[in-house]
Amino acid sequence: MTTDEILVDARDLVKTYASGLRAVDGITFQVRRGEAFGVLGANGAGKSSTMRMVACTSPVSGGTLRVLGGDPDRDGAAVRARLGVVPQEDSVDTDLTVRENLLVYGRYFGMRWADIKRRTTELLEFARLTERADEQVGNLSGGMRRRLTIARALINDPAIVLLDEPTTGLDPQARHLLWERLFQLKQDGVTLLLTTHYMDEAEQLCDRLIIMDGGKILVEGTPADLIARHSTREVLELRFPAAEREVAAEKLQGLTDRVDVFADRVLLYTENGEETLAAVHTRKVTPLTALVRRSTLEDVFLTLTGRTLVD
Amino acid sequence: MSTVALTSQTLRETRYWLLRYRRTWRGSIVISVVNPLLFLIAIGVGLGQLVADPQALPGGTYLRFVVPGLLIAAAMQTTYVESAGPVFQSIRGRHNYQAAAATPMWPETIFYGHLVFIILRVTVTSLLFAAVAAAMGALDPLRGLLVVGCAVLVGCAFAPCVAAMAVRVHRLSTMVAILRFIVMPMYMLSGTFFPLDTVTPALRWVAQATPLWHGVELARDTAVGTATPAGVAVHAGYLGAMTVVGLYFARRNFRRNLYI
Repeated sequence: MTTDEILVDARDLVKTYASGLRAVDGITFQVRRGEAFGVLGANGAGKSSTMRMVACTSPVSGGTLRVLGGDPDRDGAAVRARLGVVPQEDSVDTDLTVRENLLVYGRYFGMRWADIKRRTTELLEFARLTERADEQVGNLSGGMRRRLTIARALINDPAIVLLDEPTTGLDPQARHLLWERLFQLKQDGVTLLLTTHYMDEAEQLCDRLIIMDGGKILVEGTPADLIARHSTREVLELRFPAAEREVAAEKLQGLTDRVDVFADRVLLYTENGEETLAAVHTRKVTPLTALVRRSTLEDVFLTLTGRTLVD
Repeated sequence: MSTVALTSQTLRETRYWLLRYRRTWRGSIVISVVNPLLFLIAIGVGLGQLVADPQALPGGTYLRFVVPGLLIAAAMQTTYVESAGPVFQSIRGRHNYQAAAATPMWPETIFYGHLVFIILRVTVTSLLFAAVAAAMGALDPLRGLLVVGCAVLVGCAFAPCVAAMAVRVHRLSTMVAILRFIVMPMYMLSGTFFPLDTVTPALRWVAQATPLWHGVELARDTAVGTATPAGVAVHAGYLGAMTVVGLYFARRNFRRNLYI
């Protein structure tokens, strides 16, 4: 359950690298206990840099950051002791067994053997890896390794779990199983802070989110609120043969307030997709395919930046 | 950080490396015995037969002359192999350093823990080398223990320097190039196989500037009983200074590359 207690408090947060790149450019956000907070953005938006600062493994260049009440620069180790981190790249040891990975990680937190063993049993169950406990991690699929990484991040019973692009590179089946596990964590009241460039992931998992672009926050709100504020209720997606697309798009101008033309499709933003499709036909325009769908965060991103989330 | 916390964190990382080593220790022990045995038979006994005046060499025989040099050169090589690839893989491949850095562990203790494991490996391989040499009558057992101490000192001098580079480079080929063009020539030309008074003054000067030569001299003087307080101070001082400098750069580079 979400409470008003603020676990992450970032104000005018800046990250500048030695190369001069200003990856995070003065962002302000708060994460409350029990909520699933998302950071959505395209590659290079500054999501991972933000996560590393919150994880206390990247010095803050400007602004203030408090994580669990502590200053990452001063209280880094104490804060990290209460975090669970799922990095973008798998960092489980493929030469060790599933169980050994959890044992080693528990020791890094200074946990006692008895506690690590008890927790390992629980987490293997949670990650659905009990049957594979004594198997070398190198033999596991990408989805299983990801679940192990999440289990490992929970070994210390963290106050916040940070997930950086948790499902990138996974097949749809593995992704859905992972979402199901993350949803379970949400149900258990664990505070989640996750980055993603998958709008469906953000919509499914996040209570609240920010959309970042070029190191800045574009908007903040709940997924439904952002869609309501920055897009129409429905979107009509039309596909045409490449040679006819421009001509067709010309004929469709003025049909809705907004018409976006892409290399592979034309999008019409509308409150009623079926009515708009009927209007398309009255203009003697015949698309190859027509799809009426509800607006998503992808459309919000498109509206705000003029670009798609996934290149 | 308190000494207790530093020691405790260091041992956690060392334990991780020991757990990994559990899978390969048998093979590495066999190699640690077979390698020196073959080297000592081939070079010490075989090649030694061709040496015209072995009595003029420190130790009185070529085998007794070459054993400390080989042991120290092998210690350097083991240190390089254990420090270069594993450190590089830990930050650019497996990312186990980053995984540890996301916990209360500090970059410095992650480094120290790995360093302790590397030094343990050098100690064990050097002990086995010395045992083989002693069994062949090429090394006095008690002096052999002191020679192993010299090998550990060489390991302490090289490991932080190599780790400091390996944690920073972006391609493993850089570390391979250093092995080929710096470490191996040092192995061959730092007085390991022949006394330096047989080479030109310029080459001698270059060889005497290398840390391996100081290690070999220290070990050889110890093994054949010609060590002097001044010589020990110079050689051990050189290696000690290299250790201190290496530790400084390794700590700095680990922090810079783990806390980006």
